Amino acid sequence: MRRFLSLGLLCLMLLGTAVSAQAQSSSSTPDDQAALALLTALDVDSYRDKGEAITAILQSDDERARDWLQALLDGRLQRTDDGRFVLVLDNRGRDWPVADALTNEPLGEMSRRDLDRIGINNALRNQLRSAIAVVDLYSPNVERRRTSAERLLGEVDETLAEPLEALIAEEEDSQVQRRLAQALAIYQTEAGQMEGVEALRGSLHPRARVALNRAANGDDPVVADAAREALLSIEQNLKLNRGLETLYFGLSLGSVLVLAAIGLAITFGVMGVINMAHGELMMLGAYTTWMMQQLLPGQPGLALILSIPAGFMVAALVGIAIERGVIQFLKGRPLETLLATFGISLILQQLVRTVISPLNRTVVTPEWMSGSLVINDALSLTLNRMFVLGFALVVFAALMLIMRRTRLGLEVRAVTQNRTMARSMGIRATRVDIMTFALGSGVAGLAGVALSQLTNVGPNLGQNYIIDSFMVVVFGGVGNLWGTLVAGLSLGVINQVLEPWAGAVLAKIIVLVFIILFIQKRPRGLFPQKGRAAEG
Amino acid sequence: MMTQATSSQFWLTRPFGERATQTFLGVLFAALLLVTVLHLAVPQGHPLHVNAYTVNLFGKYLSYALLAVAVDLVWGYLGILSLGHGAFFAIGGYAMGMYLMRQIGDRGTYGHPVLPDFMVFLNWDSLPWYWHGFDMAWFAFAMVLLAPGLLALVFGFLAFRSRVTGVYLSIITQALTFALMLAFFRNEMGFGGNNGLTDFRELLGFNLRSDATRLGLFIATGVALALGYILCRAIVTSKLGRVCVATRDAEARTRFIGYRVERFQLFVFVVSAMLAGLAGALYVPQVGIINPSEFSPLFSIEIVLWVALGGRATLYGAVIGAILVNYAKTIFTGIMPDAWLFALGALFVLVTVLLPKGVAGLLGHLKRRKEDSHPSKEAAA
Repeated sequence: MRRFLSLGLLCLMLLGTAVSAQAQSSSSTPDDQAALALLTALDVDSYRDKGEAITAILQSDDERARDWLQALLDGRLQRTDDGRFVLVLDNRGRDWPVADALTNEPLGEMSRRDLDRIGINNALRNQLRSAIAVVDLYSPNVERRRTSAERLLGEVDETLAEPLEALIAEEEDSQVQRRLAQALAIYQTEAGQMEGVEALRGSLHPRARVALNRAANGDDPVVADAAREALLSIEQNLKLNRGLETLYFGLSLGSVLVLAAIGLAITFGVMGVINMAHGELMMLGAYTTWMMQQLLPGQPGLALILSIPAGFMVAALVGIAIERGVIQFLKGRPLETLLATFGISLILQQLVRTVISPLNRTVVTPEWMSGSLVINDALSLTLNRMFVLGFALVVFAALMLIMRRTRLGLEVRAVTQNRTMARSMGIRATRVDIMTFALGSGVAGLAGVALSQLTNVGPNLGQNYIIDSFMVVVFGGVGNLWGTLVAGLSLGVINQVLEPWAGAVLAKIIVLVFIILFIQKRPRGLFPQKGRAAEG
Repeated sequence: MMTQATSSQFWLTRPFGERATQTFLGVLFAALLLVTVLHLAVPQGHPLHVNAYTVNLFGKYLSYALLAVAVDLVWGYLGILSLGHGAFFAIGGYAMGMYLMRQIGDRGTYGHPVLPDFMVFLNWDSLPWYWHGFDMAWFAFAMVLLAPGLLALVFGFLAFRSRVTGVYLSIITQALTFALMLAFFRNEMGFGGNNGLTDFRELLGFNLRSDATRLGLFIATGVALALGYILCRAIVTSKLGRVCVATRDAEARTRFIGYRVERFQLFVFVVSAMLAGLAGALYVPQVGIINPSEFSPLFSIEIVLWVALGGRATLYGAVIGAILVNYAKTIFTGIMPDAWLFALGALFVLVTVLLPKGVAGLLGHLKRRKEDSHPSKEAAA
């Protein structure tokens, strides 16, 4: 493959001088006879002959070469029964629109039975990709140059080295320039040259490591030593990056746990009741997002933003209904409350299964939230997780503000600490109960909205989080928002750190066992409530 | 509620002096006898004939009832809402399943003389250490009690020592069964992973697929339920039982009086776990399979519903609840499977809100009314 590549470049070099880009050489069109000959050479049985024909096309410097090669790669370069070559423009329907390969004139639609595809094999596919990359290197389009520079890493050989240097000097885009320099350095390192090793120091691309490995086993002891040293520092750098990635995933998982647990912490802290339907309130929030996107087709971003208040309201209203309908009758019987709310969770789940569907629903991620932030060759952070992490922190801050700065927060804290005393001071505890329950449920709805961006939305969505979120509450200490934040984030990170080492399931088990043991040492969590209020 | 027994009696025989126990045992043995007679003596095709399938179904209900009694012992009399009793049930079941697996011998699909089919399938070449000994019935039956007992001992020791109670304990027990479910789903655990243990053939030399064995298992489960009931009754009427009830109602006060509350809790918790294990062991040969779904938190919490429906702290209420709910489940899942979860969810809500004392409480209420209308009888008693 490399041979063809270099042949291609060699020919470009020979053409040389200022006319470096094929796209610019539009004036020198060879006559159609020669072009037809080039294409006819492709129409043979032997793959080896086809390979040579591809090289010939590359060397021909025909301006249509890229289109031909791309079409050949996609299987769209075809021959009609009467021996003409055509490019299939769209091969999805029964009849395909085609254009003449030589003149680019549209020829209308043709039946696939009248066409004969020029077949290629995997070796040819690779050759074609490299050939297109070389052509693209001279393209005026920056994106094309970028992808082709990316492809060149580890594919350079001696014939390419010199023109590459010239290209690097001319290149305007810094990213392409860096990649090309890297490609050159990899070639130099593999050839045992010291300057390549120096240039590759700190590069995280896997190809660079392959090259350095080869140099480390080379003949020249000085170069080999330098390569080994470079490798060592790269390894360390990689380890750091992997650590950062684990931390990021851990924080992301942790932020989900915090979102799921924080509403629970509020209701549990204030009312001493465990709301087993909390997970289903999350599920309702997620379904609200899905519903919003169904209502606003084509505008997933707007729908997502609107579903933040909508999800909150839906979950809060259902929460109020649960509080008024069931929980208020079970005052002072926390275990019965647990059972009753579990029953509600079963009903809600089955309701969604019956009314909507037992199957998972996909919520679209808006464009500005998809993709990832590339830090370097070894580390890229997915944007949706970053948004969820930020969202969790915002929700946390908002709750903190409500608890610390508002009248409701003051009353909630008073009721949490001593219900009877608070009531004798004139706080309407029942109203506080309703408001707290609505707030906690609403936050569950928000958690659901956020979760819809990370996982599929299904009837079992909440179930998967209920035990985890209780673990967070128990671990962090009841009635303490900071405890919930710290516990959630640290449990997320612990889980992610353990995962590669123990596997996902075992990591979960270890975390559960860890919490059971932790409770031994600190039965009231990381941040226990102080004072008499603690004896509940 | 509890009849004061004379302290001179031996503690284990004391329950026989109680009206409630006598009634319960009478009804239970009458039911066992009735089903047996209807199965054996009434010819097939006769409307009163009870077929083998139904006998098997009743056997299953009875093992659930024993499990419910075990849960009622800790919840009703100790105030510990265990949401993880399914774990003990499943472990007992797995112990029995391992014995039944080893009984298959070389008659499995792969015909390996020692290894169960799933191990051959996973390319294991020898038994894991914890599978040794399960070819002997006495060892396996001992494990049915010891394995759940040991887990309860360790778990309970840790939990009660640090005074984890109330909803905390409930959630931790739920986490326990959840963790075990995840663990047993793994093939590497050596318990058949997802599929669990199945394809059983013989129990103590009896063919598990024959009707006679099924009847035998049904009767054995009934007897085990009776014995478990008597044991629990004996415990709760003993002095130890009184301390338990005191702990349930006011843990701190009991502690201040000088009782080592955690020891009582631990003892009763372990007994309850063993009973649950026994129930699991009787359940497995009757349904012919044990898999990790028995560990699911949903199942454990369902058991609690049986007890709540039947009536907490009555023991016989637990039996009634288990049979009622499971009978309803069989009916519902047969005619409209989608509605079952609605019904179950509604039951949870209705029982806790409207029927806090369960069916037993309702019965007691009716009885009291009747007694009120015959005050002379009351005076005579």
